[in-house]
Amino acid sequence: MLSFILYKLLVCIIIFAISLGVAAYSTLWERKFAAFLQDRVGPDRAGPKGILQPLADGGKMFFKEEIIPNVSNRFLFILGPSLFMLTALMTGTVIPWGKDFTTAAGNTYSFQITDINIGVLYLLGVVSIGVYGIMIGGWASNNKYALLGAIRASSQMISYEIAMGISIIALIVTSGGTLSLREIVESQDEGVANIVWQPLGFLIFFVCALAETNRAPFDLPECEAELVGGYHTEYSSMKLGLFLFAEYINMFISSAIMSAFYFGGYNFPFAKELYHAIGLQEGSIWISLIGFGAFFTKIIIFINVFMWVRWTLPRFRYDQLMNLGWKVLLPLSLLNLGITIVVEYFRGNIHF
Amino acid sequence: MLGYTITQWLFGILSFLSIMFGLMVVFSRNPVSSVLYLILTFFCIAGHYLLMNAQFLAVVHIVVYAGAIMVLFLFVIMLMNLNEDQEPQRTWLTKIIAAVAGGLMLFVMVGSLKGSEQLQLQSYGASQVGLVKNLGKVLFHDFLFPFEIASVLLLAAMVGAIMIGKRDIK
Repeated sequence: MLSFILYKLLVCIIIFAISLGVAAYSTLWERKFAAFLQDRVGPDRAGPKGILQPLADGGKMFFKEEIIPNVSNRFLFILGPSLFMLTALMTGTVIPWGKDFTTAAGNTYSFQITDINIGVLYLLGVVSIGVYGIMIGGWASNNKYALLGAIRASSQMISYEIAMGISIIALIVTSGGTLSLREIVESQDEGVANIVWQPLGFLIFFVCALAETNRAPFDLPECEAELVGGYHTEYSSMKLGLFLFAEYINMFISSAIMSAFYFGGYNFPFAKELYHAIGLQEGSIWISLIGFGAFFTKIIIFINVFMWVRWTLPRFRYDQLMNLGWKVLLPLSLLNLGITIVVEYFRGNIHF
Repeated sequence: MLGYTITQWLFGILSFLSIMFGLMVVFSRNPVSSVLYLILTFFCIAGHYLLMNAQFLAVVHIVVYAGAIMVLFLFVIMLMNLNEDQEPQRTWLTKIIAAVAGGLMLFVMVGSLKGSEQLQLQSYGASQVGLVKNLGKVLFHDFLFPFEIASVLLLAAMVGAIMIGKRDIK
Protein backbone atom coordinates (compact mmCIF):
# COMPACT_ATOMS: atom_id res chain seq x y z
CA MET A 1 0.00 0.00 0.00
CA LEU A 2 2.78 2.41 0.96
CA SER A 3 4.78 1.62 -2.16
CA PHE A 4 1.63 2.21 -4.22
CA ILE A 5 1.11 5.64 -2.65
CA LEU A 6 4.79 6.52 -3.12
CA TYR A 7 4.65 5.42 -6.75
CA LYS A 8 1.52 7.50 -7.42
CA LEU A 9 3.17 10.48 -5.72
CA LEU A 10 6.18 10.01 -7.97
CA VAL A 11 3.96 9.87 -11.08
CA CYS A 12 2.15 13.03 -9.95
CA ILE A 13 5.43 14.88 -9.47
CA ILE A 14 6.82 13.71 -12.82
CA ILE A 15 3.68 14.72 -14.73
CA PHE A 16 3.63 18.06 -12.91
CA ALA A 17 7.29 18.63 -13.81
CA ILE A 18 6.77 17.58 -17.43
CA SER A 19 3.73 19.86 -17.81
CA LEU A 20 5.64 22.84 -16.44
CA GLY A 21 8.81 22.04 -18.34
CA VAL A 22 7.06 21.58 -21.66
CA ALA A 23 5.07 24.77 -21.07
CA ALA A 24 8.23 26.72 -20.24
CA TYR A 25 10.07 25.56 -23.31
CA SER A 26 6.95 26.05 -25.46
CA THR A 27 7.27 29.78 -24.76
CA LEU A 28 10.81 29.75 -26.12
CA TRP A 29 9.91 27.50 -29.03
CA GLU A 30 6.93 29.71 -29.88
CA ARG A 31 9.21 32.73 -30.19
CA LYS A 32 11.79 30.78 -32.18
CA PHE A 33 9.04 29.47 -34.45
CA ALA A 34 7.63 32.96 -35.00
CA ALA A 35 11.13 34.22 -35.72
CA PHE A 36 11.63 31.45 -38.28
CA LEU A 37 8.33 32.22 -40.03
CA GLN A 38 9.07 35.95 -40.04
CA ASP A 39 12.69 35.49 -41.14
CA ARG A 40 14.20 36.75 -37.88
CA VAL A 41 16.65 35.19 -35.44
CA GLY A 42 14.50 35.18 -32.32
CA PRO A 43 15.74 35.17 -28.72
CA ASP A 44 19.39 34.04 -28.71
CA ARG A 45 21.05 35.97 -25.85
CA ALA A 46 20.40 33.90 -22.71
CA GLY A 47 22.69 30.88 -22.88
CA PRO A 48 23.71 29.05 -26.05
CA LYS A 49 21.07 29.63 -28.78
CA GLY A 50 18.82 31.25 -26.18
CA ILE A 51 18.23 27.98 -24.33
CA LEU A 52 17.98 29.72 -20.93
CA GLN A 53 15.39 32.25 -22.12
CA PRO A 54 12.46 30.64 -20.18
CA LEU A 55 14.47 30.89 -16.95
CA ALA A 56 15.21 34.53 -17.65
CA ASP A 57 11.53 35.21 -18.39
CA GLY A 58 10.46 33.40 -15.22
CA GLY A 59 13.01 35.31 -13.13
CA LYS A 60 11.80 38.58 -14.57
CA MET A 61 8.19 37.67 -13.75
CA PHE A 62 9.06 36.81 -10.14
CA PHE A 63 11.05 39.96 -9.44
CA LYS A 64 8.64 42.46 -10.99
CA GLU A 65 6.67 44.72 -8.71
CA GLU A 66 3.39 43.22 -7.65
CA ILE A 67 0.46 45.58 -8.01
CA ILE A 68 -2.97 44.82 -6.59
CA PRO A 69 -5.52 47.50 -7.51
CA ASN A 70 -6.70 49.38 -4.45
CA VAL A 71 -10.42 49.01 -5.04
CA SER A 72 -10.42 45.39 -6.14
CA ASN A 73 -11.40 42.39 -4.07
CA ARG A 74 -7.99 41.20 -2.94
CA PHE A 75 -8.89 37.57 -2.31
CA LEU A 76 -10.71 37.09 -5.61
CA PHE A 77 -7.96 38.95 -7.44
CA ILE A 78 -5.44 36.36 -6.29
CA LEU A 79 -7.89 33.48 -6.66
CA GLY A 80 -8.43 34.13 -10.40
CA PRO A 81 -5.01 33.19 -11.81
CA SER A 82 -4.56 30.46 -9.18
CA LEU A 83 -7.79 28.78 -10.23
CA PHE A 84 -6.87 29.05 -13.90
CA MET A 85 -3.51 27.42 -13.26
CA LEU A 86 -5.04 24.75 -10.99
CA THR A 87 -7.58 23.63 -13.59
CA ALA A 88 -4.91 23.64 -16.30
CA LEU A 89 -2.78 21.25 -14.23
CA MET A 90 -5.74 19.09 -13.07
CA THR A 91 -6.52 17.87 -16.59
CA GLY A 92 -3.25 15.92 -16.75
CA THR A 93 -4.41 13.39 -14.13
CA VAL A 94 -6.59 11.17 -16.32
CA ILE A 95 -4.37 11.04 -19.41
CA PRO A 96 -2.76 7.61 -19.95
CA TRP A 97 0.88 8.39 -20.70
CA GLY A 98 2.02 4.83 -21.39
CA LYS A 99 1.20 1.12 -21.12
CA ASP A 100 1.16 -0.59 -17.72
CA PHE A 101 4.34 -2.42 -16.77
CA THR A 102 4.95 -5.30 -14.38
CA THR A 103 7.96 -5.58 -12.09
CA ALA A 104 9.85 -8.77 -11.34
CA ALA A 105 7.92 -9.05 -8.07
CA GLY A 106 4.68 -9.21 -10.03
CA ASN A 107 3.32 -5.78 -9.18
CA THR A 108 1.67 -3.86 -12.00
CA TYR A 109 2.28 -0.15 -12.22
CA SER A 110 0.57 2.30 -14.52
CA PHE A 111 1.82 5.41 -16.31
CA GLN A 112 -1.31 7.29 -15.34
CA ILE A 113 -2.29 9.05 -12.14
CA THR A 114 -5.80 7.64 -12.10
CA ASP A 115 -8.02 5.81 -14.54
CA ILE A 116 -11.53 6.85 -13.56
CA ASN A 117 -14.30 5.34 -15.65
CA ILE A 118 -15.76 8.77 -16.42
CA GLY A 119 -12.44 10.28 -17.52
CA VAL A 120 -13.88 12.12 -20.53
CA LEU A 121 -16.59 13.73 -18.43
CA TYR A 122 -14.01 14.66 -15.83
CA LEU A 123 -12.03 16.47 -18.53
CA LEU A 124 -15.14 18.36 -19.65
CA GLY A 125 -15.92 19.26 -16.06
CA VAL A 126 -12.46 20.60 -15.32
CA VAL A 127 -12.40 22.57 -18.58
CA SER A 128 -15.76 24.13 -17.75
CA ILE A 129 -14.49 25.18 -14.31
CA GLY A 130 -11.41 26.78 -15.89
CA VAL A 131 -13.70 29.55 -17.13
CA TYR A 132 -14.09 30.78 -13.55
CA GLY A 133 -10.40 31.63 -13.23
CA ILE A 134 -10.72 34.11 -16.09
CA MET A 135 -14.10 35.47 -15.00
CA ILE A 136 -13.17 35.97 -11.35
CA GLY A 137 -9.83 37.51 -12.28
CA GLY A 138 -11.41 39.83 -14.81
CA TRP A 139 -14.15 40.95 -12.46
CA ALA A 140 -11.92 41.41 -9.43
CA SER A 141 -9.62 43.69 -11.45
CA ASN A 142 -12.39 46.30 -11.28
CA ASN A 143 -11.54 47.50 -14.74
CA LYS A 144 -13.94 47.73 -17.68
CA TYR A 145 -11.42 46.39 -20.15
CA ALA A 146 -10.65 43.43 -17.90
CA LEU A 147 -14.35 42.71 -17.38
CA LEU A 148 -15.12 42.85 -21.11
CA GLY A 149 -12.10 40.68 -21.85
CA ALA A 150 -13.18 38.15 -19.23
CA ILE A 151 -16.70 38.02 -20.65
CA ARG A 152 -15.35 37.57 -24.15
CA ALA A 153 -13.05 34.77 -23.04
CA SER A 154 -15.64 32.89 -21.07
CA SER A 155 -18.48 33.23 -23.60
CA GLN A 156 -16.10 31.97 -26.26
CA MET A 157 -15.11 29.03 -24.08
CA ILE A 158 -18.70 28.05 -23.23
CA SER A 159 -19.80 28.33 -26.87
CA TYR A 160 -17.07 26.09 -28.19
CA GLU A 161 -17.48 23.57 -25.36
CA ILE A 162 -20.79 22.46 -26.90
CA ALA A 163 -19.42 21.55 -30.34
CA MET A 164 -16.44 19.95 -28.61
CA GLY A 165 -18.68 17.84 -26.37
CA ILE A 166 -20.75 16.59 -29.30
CA SER A 167 -17.65 15.69 -31.33
CA ILE A 168 -16.42 13.77 -28.27
CA ILE A 169 -19.74 11.86 -28.11
CA ALA A 170 -19.17 10.75 -31.72
CA LEU A 171 -15.68 9.65 -30.74
CA ILE A 172 -17.03 7.64 -27.81
CA VAL A 173 -19.46 5.87 -30.15
CA THR A 174 -16.56 4.94 -32.41
CA SER A 175 -14.30 3.68 -29.66
CA GLY A 176 -16.76 1.26 -28.15
CA GLY A 177 -18.90 3.32 -25.78
CA THR A 178 -16.41 3.91 -23.00
CA LEU A 179 -15.70 7.10 -21.07
CA SER A 180 -12.33 5.97 -19.74
CA LEU A 181 -9.38 7.50 -21.55
CA ARG A 182 -7.31 4.37 -21.14
CA GLU A 183 -9.97 2.24 -22.79
CA ILE A 184 -10.31 4.76 -25.63
CA VAL A 185 -6.57 4.50 -26.25
CA GLU A 186 -6.62 0.71 -25.89
CA SER A 187 -9.45 0.45 -28.45
CA GLN A 188 -7.01 1.84 -31.03
CA ASP A 189 -4.45 -0.81 -30.11
CA GLU A 190 -5.50 -3.28 -32.78
CA GLY A 191 -6.26 -1.91 -36.22
CA VAL A 192 -6.46 1.77 -37.00
CA ALA A 193 -6.53 5.01 -35.04
CA ASN A 194 -9.80 6.85 -34.52
CA ILE A 195 -8.83 9.58 -36.99
CA VAL A 196 -9.71 7.19 -39.84
CA TRP A 197 -13.31 6.91 -38.63
CA GLN A 198 -13.57 10.45 -37.29
CA PRO A 199 -11.89 12.88 -39.71
CA LEU A 200 -14.63 15.52 -39.40
CA GLY A 201 -14.85 14.98 -35.66
CA PHE A 202 -11.14 15.58 -35.33
CA LEU A 203 -11.34 18.80 -37.34
CA ILE A 204 -14.16 20.10 -35.12
CA PHE A 205 -12.28 19.06 -31.99
CA PHE A 206 -9.12 20.77 -33.18
CA VAL A 207 -10.86 24.08 -33.95
CA CYS A 208 -12.63 23.92 -30.58
CA ALA A 209 -9.34 23.20 -28.83
CA LEU A 210 -7.85 26.30 -30.42
CA ALA A 211 -10.80 28.34 -29.17
CA GLU A 212 -10.77 26.75 -25.70
CA THR A 213 -7.11 27.57 -25.17
CA ASN A 214 -7.70 31.14 -26.39
CA ARG A 215 -5.03 30.70 -29.04
CA ALA A 216 -4.87 32.49 -32.37
CA PRO A 217 -6.89 32.74 -34.58
CA PHE A 218 -9.33 32.84 -31.65
CA ASP A 219 -7.26 34.99 -29.27
CA LEU A 220 -9.96 37.64 -29.09
CA PRO A 221 -9.84 38.03 -25.27
CA GLU A 222 -6.50 39.83 -25.52
CA CYS A 223 -7.04 42.44 -28.15
CA GLU A 224 -4.70 45.36 -27.80
CA ALA A 225 -6.61 47.72 -30.06
CA GLU A 226 -9.97 47.18 -28.34
CA LEU A 227 -9.37 45.80 -24.87
CA VAL A 228 -5.77 46.64 -23.89
CA GLY A 229 -4.68 43.34 -22.31
CA GLY A 230 -8.09 41.71 -21.96
CA TYR A 231 -8.78 39.91 -18.69
CA HIS A 232 -5.21 40.30 -17.45
CA THR A 233 -4.94 44.07 -17.97
CA GLU A 234 -4.53 44.77 -14.24
CA TYR A 235 -2.27 41.83 -13.49
CA SER A 236 1.45 42.13 -13.01
CA SER A 237 4.34 40.03 -11.81
CA MET A 238 3.85 36.29 -11.37
CA LYS A 239 0.06 36.47 -11.39
CA LEU A 240 0.25 37.62 -14.99
CA GLY A 241 2.84 34.89 -15.45
CA LEU A 242 0.37 32.27 -14.19
CA PHE A 243 -2.26 33.38 -16.72
CA LEU A 244 0.22 33.30 -19.61
CA PHE A 245 1.81 30.07 -18.43
CA ALA A 246 -1.49 28.25 -17.96
CA GLU A 247 -2.26 28.92 -21.62
CA TYR A 248 0.81 26.93 -22.61
CA ILE A 249 -0.07 24.12 -20.21
CA ASN A 250 -3.56 24.04 -21.73
CA MET A 251 -1.97 23.80 -25.15
CA PHE A 252 0.20 20.89 -24.01
CA ILE A 253 -2.71 19.05 -22.41
CA SER A 254 -5.04 19.57 -25.36
CA SER A 255 -2.33 18.26 -27.69
CA ALA A 256 -2.09 15.21 -25.42
CA ILE A 257 -5.87 14.74 -25.45
CA MET A 258 -6.01 15.05 -29.24
CA SER A 259 -3.29 12.48 -29.75
CA ALA A 260 -4.90 10.13 -27.22
CA PHE A 261 -8.40 10.49 -28.69
CA TYR A 262 -7.68 10.48 -32.40
CA PHE A 263 -4.12 9.27 -32.99
CA GLY A 264 -3.86 6.24 -30.75
CA GLY A 265 -2.00 7.79 -27.80
CA TYR A 266 0.93 5.53 -26.93
CA ASN A 267 0.15 3.10 -29.76
CA PHE A 268 1.97 3.43 -33.07
CA PRO A 269 1.92 1.43 -36.32
CA PHE A 270 3.71 -1.94 -36.22
CA ALA A 271 4.33 -1.61 -32.47
CA LYS A 272 3.80 -5.35 -31.85
CA GLU A 273 6.21 -6.32 -34.66
CA LEU A 274 8.82 -3.91 -33.32
CA TYR A 275 8.59 -5.25 -29.75
CA HIS A 276 8.74 -8.79 -31.10
CA ALA A 277 11.83 -7.99 -33.20
CA ILE A 278 13.69 -6.47 -30.25
CA GLY A 279 12.55 -9.33 -28.06
CA LEU A 280 10.65 -7.41 -25.37
CA GLN A 281 8.23 -9.34 -23.16
CA GLU A 282 4.67 -8.14 -22.58
CA GLY A 283 4.63 -5.91 -19.49
CA SER A 284 8.23 -4.81 -19.74
CA ILE A 285 8.98 -1.25 -18.64
CA TRP A 286 10.74 -0.60 -21.96
CA ILE A 287 7.47 -1.09 -23.83
CA SER A 288 5.91 1.56 -21.58
CA LEU A 289 8.80 3.91 -22.19
CA ILE A 290 8.79 3.44 -25.98
CA GLY A 291 5.01 4.01 -25.96
CA PHE A 292 5.53 7.13 -23.87
CA GLY A 293 8.09 8.32 -26.41
CA ALA A 294 5.64 7.77 -29.27
CA PHE A 295 2.93 9.63 -27.37
CA PHE A 296 5.27 12.49 -26.63
CA THR A 297 6.34 12.77 -30.28
CA LYS A 298 2.68 13.15 -31.26
CA ILE A 299 2.19 15.80 -28.57
CA ILE A 300 5.21 17.78 -29.81
CA ILE A 301 3.89 17.61 -33.39
CA PHE A 302 0.54 18.98 -32.22
CA ILE A 303 2.16 21.78 -30.25
CA ASN A 304 3.99 22.73 -33.44
CA VAL A 305 0.71 22.71 -35.37
CA PHE A 306 -0.78 25.04 -32.75
CA MET A 307 2.11 27.45 -33.24
CA TRP A 308 2.06 27.11 -37.00
CA VAL A 309 -1.65 28.06 -36.99
CA ARG A 310 -0.99 31.02 -34.72
CA TRP A 311 1.69 32.56 -36.90
CA THR A 312 -0.03 31.81 -40.23
CA LEU A 313 -3.70 32.68 -39.92
CA PRO A 314 -5.16 36.14 -39.29
CA ARG A 315 -7.49 36.40 -36.32
CA PHE A 316 -11.27 36.40 -36.47
CA ARG A 317 -13.63 39.23 -35.67
CA TYR A 318 -15.76 38.50 -32.59
CA ASP A 319 -19.07 38.07 -34.46
CA GLN A 320 -17.34 35.79 -36.97
CA LEU A 321 -16.06 33.73 -34.07
CA MET A 322 -19.55 33.32 -32.61
CA ASN A 323 -21.04 32.55 -36.03
CA LEU A 324 -18.42 29.89 -36.63
CA GLY A 325 -19.05 28.30 -33.25
CA TRP A 326 -22.84 28.25 -33.28
CA LYS A 327 -23.82 28.18 -36.94
CA VAL A 328 -21.06 26.07 -38.47
CA LEU A 329 -19.36 23.86 -35.88
CA LEU A 330 -22.46 22.93 -33.87
CA PRO A 331 -24.54 21.71 -36.88
CA LEU A 332 -21.44 20.03 -38.33
CA SER A 333 -20.77 18.17 -35.10
CA LEU A 334 -24.42 17.03 -34.92
CA LEU A 335 -24.16 15.84 -38.53
CA ASN A 336 -20.94 14.04 -37.67
CA LEU A 337 -22.64 12.34 -34.72
CA GLY A 338 -25.51 11.18 -36.93
CA ILE A 339 -23.20 9.83 -39.62
CA THR A 340 -21.04 8.13 -37.00
CA ILE A 341 -24.02 6.33 -35.48
CA VAL A 342 -25.19 5.09 -38.91
CA VAL A 343 -21.68 3.96 -39.88
CA GLU A 344 -21.08 2.22 -36.56
CA TYR A 345 -24.44 0.49 -36.83
CA PHE A 346 -23.45 -1.02 -40.17
CA ARG A 347 -20.00 -1.92 -38.82
CA GLY A 348 -21.81 -3.87 -36.14
CA ASN A 349 -20.52 -1.93 -33.14
CA ILE A 350 -23.92 -0.77 -31.90
CA HIS A 351 -26.39 -3.28 -30.51
CA PHE A 352 -29.97 -2.59 -29.56
CA MET B 1 -11.95 7.34 14.35
CA LEU B 2 -14.48 8.07 17.10
CA GLY B 3 -16.53 5.11 15.95
CA TYR B 4 -17.33 6.50 12.52
CA THR B 5 -16.24 5.15 9.15
CA ILE B 6 -14.47 7.35 6.59
CA THR B 7 -17.69 7.54 4.55
CA GLN B 8 -19.58 8.84 7.56
CA TRP B 9 -16.87 11.42 8.24
CA LEU B 10 -16.97 12.55 4.62
CA PHE B 11 -20.75 12.74 4.72
CA GLY B 12 -20.64 14.84 7.86
CA ILE B 13 -18.00 17.21 6.55
CA LEU B 14 -19.70 17.60 3.16
CA SER B 15 -23.09 18.18 4.76
CA PHE B 16 -21.64 20.80 7.10
CA LEU B 17 -19.90 22.55 4.22
CA SER B 18 -22.91 22.48 1.92
CA ILE B 19 -25.19 23.91 4.60
CA MET B 20 -22.59 26.52 5.55
CA PHE B 21 -22.05 27.63 1.95
CA GLY B 22 -25.80 27.60 1.40
CA LEU B 23 -26.22 29.98 4.33
CA MET B 24 -23.38 32.14 3.02
CA VAL B 25 -25.25 32.47 -0.30
CA VAL B 26 -28.12 34.08 1.59
CA PHE B 27 -26.11 36.13 4.05
CA SER B 28 -23.34 37.58 1.89
CA ARG B 29 -24.03 41.15 0.86
CA ASN B 30 -22.21 41.12 -2.45
CA PRO B 31 -24.17 39.33 -5.20
CA VAL B 32 -20.98 38.09 -6.87
CA SER B 33 -19.81 36.36 -3.71
CA SER B 34 -23.31 34.90 -3.32
CA VAL B 35 -22.91 33.27 -6.72
CA LEU B 36 -19.43 32.03 -5.85
CA TYR B 37 -20.74 30.47 -2.61
CA LEU B 38 -23.54 28.86 -4.59
CA ILE B 39 -20.90 27.27 -6.87
CA LEU B 40 -19.13 25.90 -3.78
CA THR B 41 -22.47 24.51 -2.58
CA PHE B 42 -22.85 22.73 -5.92
CA PHE B 43 -19.42 21.20 -5.47
CA CYS B 44 -20.41 19.87 -2.05
CA ILE B 45 -23.59 18.39 -3.50
CA ALA B 46 -21.50 16.75 -6.25
CA GLY B 47 -19.41 15.27 -3.44
CA HIS B 48 -22.59 13.80 -1.94
CA TYR B 49 -23.41 12.21 -5.30
CA LEU B 50 -19.93 10.69 -5.38
CA LEU B 51 -20.49 9.24 -1.90
CA MET B 52 -23.62 7.56 -3.26
CA ASN B 53 -21.52 6.09 -6.10
CA ALA B 54 -23.35 8.22 -8.66
CA GLN B 55 -20.30 9.40 -10.57
CA PHE B 56 -22.14 10.37 -13.73
CA LEU B 57 -24.60 12.53 -11.84
CA ALA B 58 -21.76 14.16 -9.88
CA VAL B 59 -19.77 15.17 -12.94
CA VAL B 60 -22.80 16.25 -14.95
CA HIS B 61 -23.92 18.30 -11.96
CA ILE B 62 -20.59 20.14 -12.06
CA VAL B 63 -20.52 20.51 -15.86
CA VAL B 64 -24.09 21.74 -16.17
CA TYR B 65 -24.70 23.71 -12.98
CA ALA B 66 -21.28 24.96 -11.96
CA GLY B 67 -19.81 25.06 -15.45
CA ALA B 68 -22.64 26.50 -17.51
CA ILE B 69 -25.60 27.87 -15.60
CA MET B 70 -23.63 29.67 -12.89
CA VAL B 71 -21.33 31.20 -15.51
CA LEU B 72 -24.40 32.81 -17.06
CA PHE B 73 -25.51 34.01 -13.62
CA LEU B 74 -22.08 35.54 -13.11
CA PHE B 75 -22.28 37.21 -16.54
CA VAL B 76 -25.52 38.92 -15.71
CA ILE B 77 -24.50 39.98 -12.21
CA MET B 78 -21.09 41.25 -13.28
CA LEU B 79 -22.57 43.25 -16.16
CA MET B 80 -25.28 44.79 -13.96
CA ASN B 81 -22.55 45.84 -11.52
CA LEU B 82 -24.68 45.51 -8.37
CA ASN B 83 -23.23 47.03 -5.23
CA GLU B 84 -24.15 47.05 -1.57
CA ASP B 85 -25.07 50.74 -1.62
CA GLN B 86 -27.40 50.27 -4.59
CA GLU B 87 -29.38 47.65 -2.77
CA PRO B 88 -33.02 48.77 -2.38
CA GLN B 89 -34.11 49.58 1.18
CA ARG B 90 -36.74 47.19 2.44
CA THR B 91 -39.84 48.39 4.22
CA TRP B 92 -41.41 46.80 7.29
CA LEU B 93 -44.20 45.37 5.18
CA THR B 94 -41.82 43.37 2.93
CA LYS B 95 -39.96 42.11 5.98
CA ILE B 96 -43.17 40.83 7.60
CA ILE B 97 -44.28 39.21 4.33
CA ALA B 98 -40.88 37.57 3.96
CA ALA B 99 -41.00 36.23 7.53
CA VAL B 100 -44.50 34.77 7.02
CA ALA B 101 -43.54 33.20 3.68
CA GLY B 102 -40.34 31.75 5.14
CA GLY B 103 -42.25 30.34 8.12
CA LEU B 104 -44.77 28.68 5.83
CA MET B 105 -41.93 27.22 3.80
CA LEU B 106 -40.41 25.76 6.96
CA PHE B 107 -43.82 24.34 7.89
CA VAL B 108 -44.11 22.63 4.50
CA MET B 109 -40.57 21.25 4.74
CA VAL B 110 -41.11 19.82 8.22
CA GLY B 111 -44.43 18.35 7.18
CA SER B 112 -43.03 16.65 4.09
CA LEU B 113 -39.94 15.33 5.88
CA LYS B 114 -42.09 13.91 8.67
CA GLY B 115 -43.96 11.75 6.16
CA SER B 116 -40.85 10.61 4.37
CA GLU B 117 -40.33 7.58 6.57
CA GLN B 118 -43.27 5.82 4.97
CA LEU B 119 -41.85 6.21 1.44
CA GLN B 120 -40.78 2.99 -0.22
CA LEU B 121 -37.52 3.41 -2.11
CA GLN B 122 -37.19 1.28 -5.22
CA SER B 123 -33.63 0.15 -5.75
CA TYR B 124 -32.07 -0.52 -9.13
CA GLY B 125 -29.16 -2.95 -9.15
CA ALA B 126 -27.95 -2.13 -5.63
CA SER B 127 -25.15 0.46 -5.47
CA GLN B 128 -24.04 0.24 -9.08
CA VAL B 129 -26.92 2.19 -10.60
CA GLY B 130 -25.01 5.48 -10.66
CA LEU B 131 -22.39 4.19 -13.08
CA VAL B 132 -22.83 5.50 -16.61
CA LYS B 133 -23.62 2.15 -18.20
CA ASN B 134 -26.30 1.15 -15.69
CA LEU B 135 -27.81 4.62 -15.60
CA GLY B 136 -28.02 4.65 -19.40
CA LYS B 137 -29.77 1.27 -19.37
CA VAL B 138 -32.28 2.37 -16.74
CA LEU B 139 -32.98 5.65 -18.53
CA PHE B 140 -33.40 4.14 -21.98
CA HIS B 141 -35.29 1.00 -21.00
CA ASP B 142 -37.40 1.60 -17.91
CA PHE B 143 -37.84 5.36 -18.13
CA LEU B 144 -37.63 6.02 -21.87
CA PHE B 145 -40.95 7.85 -22.10
CA PRO B 146 -40.45 10.29 -19.18
CA PHE B 147 -36.90 10.89 -20.38
CA GLU B 148 -38.05 11.87 -23.86
CA ILE B 149 -40.87 14.00 -22.45
CA ALA B 150 -38.33 15.87 -20.31
CA SER B 151 -36.12 16.50 -23.33
CA VAL B 152 -39.06 17.83 -25.37
CA LEU B 153 -39.97 20.07 -22.43
CA LEU B 154 -36.44 21.48 -22.33
CA LEU B 155 -36.50 22.04 -26.10
CA ALA B 156 -39.80 23.89 -25.79
CA ALA B 157 -38.35 26.06 -23.01
CA MET B 158 -35.32 26.82 -25.19
CA VAL B 159 -37.45 27.83 -28.18
CA GLY B 160 -39.58 29.96 -25.88
CA ALA B 161 -36.52 31.73 -24.48
CA ILE B 162 -35.32 32.51 -28.01
CA MET B 163 -38.73 33.88 -28.96
CA ILE B 164 -38.79 36.13 -25.89
CA GLY B 165 -35.22 37.23 -26.59
CA LYS B 166 -36.03 38.28 -30.14
CA ARG B 167 -36.83 41.99 -30.34
CA ASP B 168 -39.19 42.02 -33.30
CA ILE B 169 -41.01 38.90 -34.41
CA LYS B 170 -41.90 38.93 -38.05
